[in-house]
Amino acid sequence: MSAGTAKIAVRVAEVVDVNELVKRFKFVRRDGGEMPTFSGGAHTVVEMRDGATTRLNPYSLMSDPGDRSAFTISVRRDDEGRGGSLFMHNKVKPGDEMVISYPVNLFSLDLRARKHLMFAGGIGITPFLAQIKQLSHAGGNFELHYSVRTAALGSYVDELTTAHPDRVHIYYDDKKQAIDLATLLDGQPLGTHIYVCGPKGMIDWVRNTALDHGWPETAVHYEEFLAPQSGKPFEVELAKSGKTITVGEHQSLLEAIEAAGVDAPYLCRGGACGQCETDVIAHEGKFIHNDHWLTEDQRTGCNKIMPCVSRFEGRRLVLDR
Amino acid sequence: MTKFNFPPSIASRPIWGTLEPRKGKAHLMIADAEGAEALIDLANAAPALLTMAHLIYLPKDTGKRYSDALAALKPASIYVGPSYDAAESRIQRVLSDAHMGLQIYLAGTEGLMGRAMSAALAAGLPLAAIQTEHRGSVARRMQCVHCKGITEDVTTDPFVCAHCGLNLFVRDHFSRRIGAYQGVCVDAEDPGEVPPQKELYS
Amino acid sequence: MTLQFNDETFTGDYTFRNSKEAIRRFPFPFHEDSYMYSVNLEPHKPGPKGSAYEHRFDVDEHYLSEMKDRARVLNDDPLRCQSLPHMDLAGWDTLELIMTSKAEDYPDLFELHRDGNRWRWVNKPMAIDQSFTFLDTSTLPCGPMEYILRQTQGDFAILDHRENNLWMDAGMVTTQADWSLDFDIGMNFMEWHAPVPLAHQLGVFERALKFLLNLQQGAPVRRLNWTMTVNPNLDTSPENYHKWGPEKTTITPENVGEKQHLRVELQTLWRLPRSNALLFPIRCYLIRLEDLVTVPKWGRRLHRVLRDLPVELATYKGFIRNRPVIVEYLSQFDDGAPTSPGCFPD
Repeated sequence: MSAGTAKIAVRVAEVVDVNELVKRFKFVRRDGGEMPTFSGGAHTVVEMRDGATTRLNPYSLMSDPGDRSAFTISVRRDDEGRGGSLFMHNKVKPGDEMVISYPVNLFSLDLRARKHLMFAGGIGITPFLAQIKQLSHAGGNFELHYSVRTAALGSYVDELTTAHPDRVHIYYDDKKQAIDLATLLDGQPLGTHIYVCGPKGMIDWVRNTALDHGWPETAVHYEEFLAPQSGKPFEVELAKSGKTITVGEHQSLLEAIEAAGVDAPYLCRGGACGQCETDVIAHEGKFIHNDHWLTEDQRTGCNKIMPCVSRFEGRRLVLDR
Repeated sequence: MTKFNFPPSIASRPIWGTLEPRKGKAHLMIADAEGAEALIDLANAAPALLTMAHLIYLPKDTGKRYSDALAALKPASIYVGPSYDAAESRIQRVLSDAHMGLQIYLAGTEGLMGRAMSAALAAGLPLAAIQTEHRGSVARRMQCVHCKGITEDVTTDPFVCAHCGLNLFVRDHFSRRIGAYQGVCVDAEDPGEVPPQKELYS
Repeated sequence: MTLQFNDETFTGDYTFRNSKEAIRRFPFPFHEDSYMYSVNLEPHKPGPKGSAYEHRFDVDEHYLSEMKDRARVLNDDPLRCQSLPHMDLAGWDTLELIMTSKAEDYPDLFELHRDGNRWRWVNKPMAIDQSFTFLDTSTLPCGPMEYILRQTQGDFAILDHRENNLWMDAGMVTTQADWSLDFDIGMNFMEWHAPVPLAHQLGVFERALKFLLNLQQGAPVRRLNWTMTVNPNLDTSPENYHKWGPEKTTITPENVGEKQHLRVELQTLWRLPRSNALLFPIRCYLIRLEDLVTVPKWGRRLHRVLRDLPVELATYKGFIRNRPVIVEYLSQFDDGAPTSPGCFPD
């Protein structure tokens, strides 16, 4: 299978400042045609051509899944990151031509659910915006608990509370408001599914608390896109293609493979989907696994790596790519 | 000996487990006949668990052998009844009242576990919240693929469908939704040529 | 080219026939002289003109008669069409995919007019002209999946994607190779494939599932499967096995060329956009052996494949008892000459 998914050539139709950290981008097709429909929770991979550097970052689609006129995403600026969000914030302007991928959903609703119980933290709200639009059309039963730092940084709080005053609950960190999870988990009807998207700590807290309350893991869904971490540059031999490449400090292993012209499969670029899993042929050194795909056995066995988010420190790494 | 080692089979055949205490907000236990032994073992491992449990027990042909021992485990609520059909409305009532955090423990024959599992799934409980342990008879609950009628407690292969009368052979293909194995006409291609009946696993 | 639709039956007097054109375009499944399970998935891209792969959903000369046979089977047994409650959105996805594809691919046969959610569907061969509101089931005579599949050749399963698995939670099945939707509905990928011999040990299903879980919108795939059927009976269901099973005993050296059919399933898989489910159409094509051997390459190759097939597979595919007669018949058409690679006629 070739890398990624089908691509869509788009034009940036609109860039809106949502608040001091978040910008919203609207994409329409360059050929004037319709966007594909998608399911709430899907993401698109945005290609960023930043001089000599190409970045491919996944962003959740937040627009109405049934609206075929445009896709919208929201990007939170990360001043400490590797530059993708800064590129979107500082360089992308209305009228720019870009390429994005077909929608891929790794965080879909379980449509059997009698009730959808959603937990969002910060920019983790975006997939829920699309899911809530999808559920509202179908009269779906949902409840959102959304935690934000301050009122000024509460992206889409007004839109959500206006449209769904009885279903949306907002918690402000600066007012010391916190989700009372234990109480919430008690008394939910059979067939309720939990969804959580936000910082790692929040995801772990919701998952562990639910487990403690007797909820099976299959009823708890989460999405956490891991951004590739920067690190010391390292050298890699690609056995199949016969190339030796260097992974830069702010580059991911996957990006370095792609920059060398080697076709490598991917979907999420965030350590979640498993698509880019690569066999390790030889190594002298230690792996820095950042994904949540590989099992503990695979990690200790040192025979697999997820090049989208994981790195290596040592003398030699040979991959089957 | 009430435990039986089922031979390896196809992927749709359920693999029955061993009951283990689990964290939960409520605990529903349904057992028949020798399944009581699995609950007693569970209680030995976690005595407090039983005191929070709603226990539904169908002695079938074991008479009074286990009933007193189960009552002595002091479940929060206990029902001892003559058949699944008799207990069904009670089971439905418990399920309709239930919330997430419920853990279900099934023990005994495949027929009992299949039926109760089917009811719990239909009520919206995730499969992962249901544990099972086989004890006692290896009789099966069979659905006739032709007339859709279900024959309980089948112990031979082939067997006669209790509804349409066709001679059916016993497949290992199992439907969790129906809670039964599939029975298929054994003499479809050569009507009347029915192989001799054998006890299951003989 | 305007299609001429046959008036034929798939039961009773079995008047089903393939025209010369239908024989030429038959999706012969063997690309070499032997057969074993494999994950033989390839992109479902529009194939050679005139072939069964030319369009996304093939409509051929059997269309109207197959739809009549489907209505008959559903009338006898409504359980052949089922959809678990959460699959309604996937049903609309299915309706949308088929209506838009057919209207684009066969503009002389089908029309779809859309004004927002107000849709009008015209199926000229079946004389249907239906206005309805997209996503509003009350505006159709039945559920969206049932509605469109009563107008579409082939069986369909719709697979819900969750828990890293695929669950067969809806479908319409009236032209099946001996499996029961009513029994299998609600099963996951490994469970409904459980009865297939050998393939599990080969790891075929693990690989296929992994591939399908990553199947993307806009990138459908296809594969062919096959079995053998006595008489052109589309509905070889387990439900009616006691009724069609005895027909297997009617094969003789004299009638095998006429009565014995190769049954091929063109299976495609599609990611559905709104529900994130997978659509799994299983389109059945039948050809009697005496028609098949009019293509010399196919006669030679089918002889070699069936002769050398492992016993387990011949048993599972249900023709072990007739294999000697079939192989003997086909041997007349195998002169031992080498065959060219690929499935198409020389």
